[in-house]
Amino acid sequence: MTETNLGDAATAEAPETIRVLVAKLGLDGHDRGAKVVARILRDAGMEVIYTGLYKTPKDVVHAAIQEDVDVIGVSLLSGSHVPLFRELCRCLREEGAEHVLVVAGGVIPEQDYAALLESGVDAIVPQEARSDLIVTTIEGLIAARGRI
Amino acid sequence: MTIVTHSRTAKRGTYTPSAALVKDVLAGRAIAIARMISRAEEGYPEAAEALAELYKHGGNAHIVGITGVPGAGKSTLVSALIKAYAAEGRKVGVIAVDPSSPYSGGAILGDRVRMSETAAAGGAFVRSMATRGHLGGLTRATLQAVDVLDAAGYSPIIIETVGVGQDEVEVVTAAHTVVVLSAPGLGDDIQAIKAGILEIADIHAVSKCDKPEASATVSALQGMLSLGGGSGSHWTSPVLPVSAVSGERIAELKDAIGAHWAHLHDTGELAARQRAICKTRILGTARHLFQQKFQQESATLETHIRAVTERRMDPSVAARALLGWEEIR
Amino acid sequence: MTDTTLFSTQAIDNIRESQAEWEEGALAAFLKTRPEEKAVYETESGIPLKRIYTAADVADIPAEELGFPGAYPFTRGVYPTMYRGRPWTIRQVAGFGNPEATNQRYKYMIQTGQTGLSTDFDLPTLLGLDSDDPMAFGEVGRVGVAIDTMEDVDRLFDGIDLEKISVSLTINPSAWVVYAMFVAVAEQRGLDLHKLTGTLQADPLKEYVAQKEWIYPVRPAVRLLRDLIMYSAKATPKINPVSLSGYHLSDVGGNALQEIAFTMAFTISYCEEVTKAGMDIDDFAPRLSFFFISHQDFFEQICKFRAARRVYAKIMAERFNAKKPESMRLRVHVQTAAMSLTKVEHHNNLMRTAIQALGAVLGGCQSMHTNGLDEAFAIPTEEAMKLAIRTQQIIREEINVTSVIDPLGGSYFIERLTKDMETEMWKMLDEVQERGGAIQLVEEGWFQQKLADSAYATFKKIDSGEKISVGVNKFADEASSTADVHIHPYDDHCTQLQIDRLKIIRANRDDARIKSLMAELVEQARSDDVNLLPTTIELVKAKATLGEICSALREVWGSYDEPMIV
Repeated sequence: MTETNLGDAATAEAPETIRVLVAKLGLDGHDRGAKVVARILRDAGMEVIYTGLYKTPKDVVHAAIQEDVDVIGVSLLSGSHVPLFRELCRCLREEGAEHVLVVAGGVIPEQDYAALLESGVDAIVPQEARSDLIVTTIEGLIAARGRI
Repeated sequence: MTIVTHSRTAKRGTYTPSAALVKDVLAGRAIAIARMISRAEEGYPEAAEALAELYKHGGNAHIVGITGVPGAGKSTLVSALIKAYAAEGRKVGVIAVDPSSPYSGGAILGDRVRMSETAAAGGAFVRSMATRGHLGGLTRATLQAVDVLDAAGYSPIIIETVGVGQDEVEVVTAAHTVVVLSAPGLGDDIQAIKAGILEIADIHAVSKCDKPEASATVSALQGMLSLGGGSGSHWTSPVLPVSAVSGERIAELKDAIGAHWAHLHDTGELAARQRAICKTRILGTARHLFQQKFQQESATLETHIRAVTERRMDPSVAARALLGWEEIR
Repeated sequence: MTDTTLFSTQAIDNIRESQAEWEEGALAAFLKTRPEEKAVYETESGIPLKRIYTAADVADIPAEELGFPGAYPFTRGVYPTMYRGRPWTIRQVAGFGNPEATNQRYKYMIQTGQTGLSTDFDLPTLLGLDSDDPMAFGEVGRVGVAIDTMEDVDRLFDGIDLEKISVSLTINPSAWVVYAMFVAVAEQRGLDLHKLTGTLQADPLKEYVAQKEWIYPVRPAVRLLRDLIMYSAKATPKINPVSLSGYHLSDVGGNALQEIAFTMAFTISYCEEVTKAGMDIDDFAPRLSFFFISHQDFFEQICKFRAARRVYAKIMAERFNAKKPESMRLRVHVQTAAMSLTKVEHHNNLMRTAIQALGAVLGGCQSMHTNGLDEAFAIPTEEAMKLAIRTQQIIREEINVTSVIDPLGGSYFIERLTKDMETEMWKMLDEVQERGGAIQLVEEGWFQQKLADSAYATFKKIDSGEKISVGVNKFADEASSTADVHIHPYDDHCTQLQIDRLKIIRANRDDARIKSLMAELVEQARSDDVNLLPTTIELVKAKATLGEICSALREVWGSYDEPMIV
């Protein structure tokens, strides 16, 4: 981790609030999981920006930048995760927003994990994951990345 | 069941000092603007100087507050306004405020659901903010976010809040033009009256004007306003039916917002408004700082609570002592 | 109709008395030595369950509430002989890649013993987009077959006799266009339209609240269904133009009661729209069909099917004054619960599916899709589909559950639970009515909120371990891996092939004719009382694409903005 002097920032009175963009990419209408995750994260004290359905990778990156989120969480059940995440991560790099962490969820076969990680996804959450694990994974990723 | 993470190339971040962000904010770079807003919201002391610098560059934006009861259709309306302004090539800023959960402190912010992103929004900057439950802090944080957008050249800047709760209403009244949105059929009465936000409106909008009940709401509002009499100002608050869904009459609302802005300029009322806004901001921030101070000095506060409980001290002496205005005997 | 009770008052009193004795005596003593595992027992949807049911629990249910199979109120089944006359149709849904890829799968499944066809479409097709639309990126032929023009429909059913085998089309917002293509293909083949059999899903209201595939705002979408129902009733009288789908309500979090009650609320709205347009209820109601889930709570699911039949029969008879018995019988296609499948130890999914399938049969379904064991990963492989078909064949051929109609009927427990569920469904229907009806509530997001709340409540139960998923949150085997599961491959060339075909089509058609037909369609859409099907059929015959037709109407009606519900 890059050592940075945060000066007074580190003594800010409230602990920094984690902001997460929960997004749906492409044409997949399955939003049950995304909405459940949004509630889990809210109940863990995070601020969740929910995008609604039918967003393009470009839309999602645009929103993530304006909202200054720490994490983009995308749930996909349409099988098109490999091309869509590849495009999402490419857009992030293009906009100079690689600091935003990308977490994938939904129906993602283990066979595709390598391809997703390769394209820039930071974590893959299986459908069966417990809520506390989702929360601690996000917290852990942010802690490892450091304050920006 | 485990979560697979990318251990080899885990992302690393570096902290860019706020002073270094100022230039990028002024140049309109989205990442810097967004980061600066976050720091304002978090209240980083480190960012104070940068925000003060940005404040000097502001003062050009027309700030529009939009409020209404839940379900009135605010975010749909704002989305339609964004498109209308974007079509004119204007850089719209939006701060959409929604309540934080009182239980967890977290929030689900859904204003973007109805806002089309890159394609239709042009160069709009939309930011969702949670109330975070801090007394007075909401006004401070929201208006500092407005300062950042103002310095970056956004105008108009729309502040959208739910018109319930003192803080949310206070934020909106710190705008140049206040639009109160009512919806037909949500109850027999006009909900804005119940919420006590009717009187702050420079413009009344009635949503869902394609519904038959809408005209009743419009005439009820008009009736109410005619009873109000002259307030010394020459501005008469118009009542405008709108339908954000079909985009109907959005242009009229946009024009009314523009007309009010022109009115403020032409009549010189703008100076009075600005003064009121500054006052709200200073007092709001001061209140927030007091609150913080007490939280930080909770031990002192506890001592005073005990003393007042045991009737060794009266509440007003304790309060003055807490502010450092009087020695404790 | 007179209300006759099944038991004498004397018999019931005796039972109550001896039950009290048993509870205070033997039971109380036993509970002292061995307390029960849970303090509260209830169904998945929260209906309390007693330890045991007796005749006293069903004493208030009139005999007429049960009736006989094939007769009002159809509690015991929709046909007089049920599976003795004809077993349920094995109807596995399939669709992927280009039309010829799906066509091959169909031929394989027919050879394996499948008795009806069912098509899944890819997301661009469902949402009215052509394969070359930028929003179709990465989605063409992925979760279903890609259809852009009527030529694609022709390829899909190549070598399949559409007068002989029934075809179910899982198509929604763009259903009227796909129906037009289907009719156009049948005409081109010289088939008798009156002999075509099959079903379109075409249930728009459930899209806004559950499956979330939409193009237009709610009311125009309902109008399109109205047009489809009315046109199909005359042109293709043996096709079911709509399959009212509770399955998706369950899939998005709804419990068994919400699944049925909300579906019935939507049914009421559709029937109101069609009858308002001047068609007699008995002229279209016999062709309304249904699609429900068979989920995990075994007995509750069986009772759900029974209660649903009763509720529907009463709605049609009492609310719409239907006269024909065919208008009152709820014919249902059932799919086992994809939500119950796990990636972990995925072979367990075979057992889950078999039990759910048995429930559907005991509940009296008319056709069924059993999920492939690999559907928690991707769309099923050929091997997985074969096992799924075999599951139904084993239930049908080996275990003798088809000889007696409604074999669980008369069980104290089953009858009580059926009645309780029915009562709860009526309460929900009354609430919908009081709040302004289904269409308005869909627009307001009321159903959406109910279902999201229910989904979160279910999640909390799983998360806390209260609801058990074997191999996942109980008896988990840390060593198990899913990395070597063979999954259905995606054909990367499929998109390009569709795009190339679109290019060829667009270069070889009469654009002027399409332009004038399209202008006509747009004009017709502006007024509410014209049926859009005839012009749409002309358009697809002239080689207009699905995306072109759907986007033309978007200019009239706009698109749908979802309400913010989390």
